Amino acid sequence: MTEPVPVRLAVNGTPREGRCPPRKLLVDFLREDLALTGTHVGCEHGICGACTILVDGEAARSCLMLAAQADGAEITTVEGLMKDGALHPLQEAFRQHHGLQCGFCTPGMLLTALDLLRVNPDPSEAEVREGLSAVLCRCTGYHGIVKAVQAAAPLLRGAR
Amino acid sequence: MKPPRFDYHAPQSIDEAVELLARYGGDAKVLAGGQSLMPMLNFRLARPAALVDINRIPGLAYVREADGAVAFGAMTRQRTIEFSPLVAHRLPLLHEATRWVGHLPIRSRGTIGGSIAHADPSAEYPAVLTALDGEVVAQGPRGRRTLKPGELFETYLTTRLAPDELLVEVRLPATPASAGTAFEEFARRHGDFAIVGIAAMVVGDGARCTAARLASAGTGSVPVRLRAAEEILERDGLGDAAVEAAAARAAELVDPDADVHASAEYRRHLTRVLTARAIRKSVERSREPSRPGHPRSEP
Repeated sequence: MTEPVPVRLAVNGTPREGRCPPRKLLVDFLREDLALTGTHVGCEHGICGACTILVDGEAARSCLMLAAQADGAEITTVEGLMKDGALHPLQEAFRQHHGLQCGFCTPGMLLTALDLLRVNPDPSEAEVREGLSAVLCRCTGYHGIVKAVQAAAPLLRGAR
Repeated sequence: MKPPRFDYHAPQSIDEAVELLARYGGDAKVLAGGQSLMPMLNFRLARPAALVDINRIPGLAYVREADGAVAFGAMTRQRTIEFSPLVAHRLPLLHEATRWVGHLPIRSRGTIGGSIAHADPSAEYPAVLTALDGEVVAQGPRGRRTLKPGELFETYLTTRLAPDELLVEVRLPATPASAGTAFEEFARRHGDFAIVGIAAMVVGDGARCTAARLASAGTGSVPVRLRAAEEILERDGLGDAAVEAAAARAAELVDPDADVHASAEYRRHLTRVLTARAIRKSVERSREPSRPGHPRSEP
């Protein structure tokens, strides 16, 4: 049972498939097998949050899942946020409020914030900070990120 | 930082999972939510011959009331528990403790059965199981048995489940409407493991206490039921002097270790401070007409 296993899943609405050894992490499958390098590999033990994606609509660490476990799942990565060549409102807010510097944590921040705003569409600043504590940023001091998420909240509420 | 090679099995039934565990005779690990096991594999701190992934077994994720208790399938995600109105109403202590378990993206995958079977003494769910004196149901080749927290937790990251037994259900007695509960924790950053955590429940009418339940996390090799501290409240009531005496007793009951995060003495100090806070908060809440912790519903 160490032979390659088939993995069929939907990524950003597109059916994709591949074969990989059972020990392959989902994040490595996305990056190496599907060439979706927007999801970043940071600490590889679930602390930094850079690899956070949506699995069936819920934020999860793609470094703590095997690709084999995602067979049949619907995945959203940072590549799935733009629509018709336009940035997602949350991405636009990150740009306007200087929510990134080096950009390494940004994919994880975006997907984590999207999930946060889905379960709590009108969060207080403290709730945003608690939610974003799931992802580590070593550049910005978080201030711009928190402002961006707060600015995006009413836009996403309006888009429902 | 990648998992070592292993045989991967994703059984479709509990019986099949138990058979696989028996076949590998202790050299297989059960993969539930993976939020503790996957880091250990990535670090190669764990090198099992096989993983038995129980995510594909139907019917292992549920929350239901049964005989004055709430029963959870082992694969019930922490996120489901966080947003369950039944849990918020019937088990406010578990509801509050859940917010301390990692972060939302961790709780999306992490499970109640996995957290308890992993038996990290600084984790929240083992302390809640201990405080509420719940039980777990294990299934092995010879059928099912139930274990109380004192029987289950042996030492750090070690339970008395046999290698061919699978934890299939967790049962927690429902909290009486007259009770107040609180979970207090101190960690370096939100989402980190507890340096010390205290789970508390009191039933009383202000001064008199008819039942108290206290347990600590992060204070030794297993979660500690603080029975002698509970007895002080049940004997002397819920006044300031009794609360302080119970908290001081709690600090004597634990035997914490020192590590890079905190000295043993500091953990003992936190045990006293957090126990007093948890009791006071529980008493306040027992006086409120409605329970705290109304969950946001998940859209």
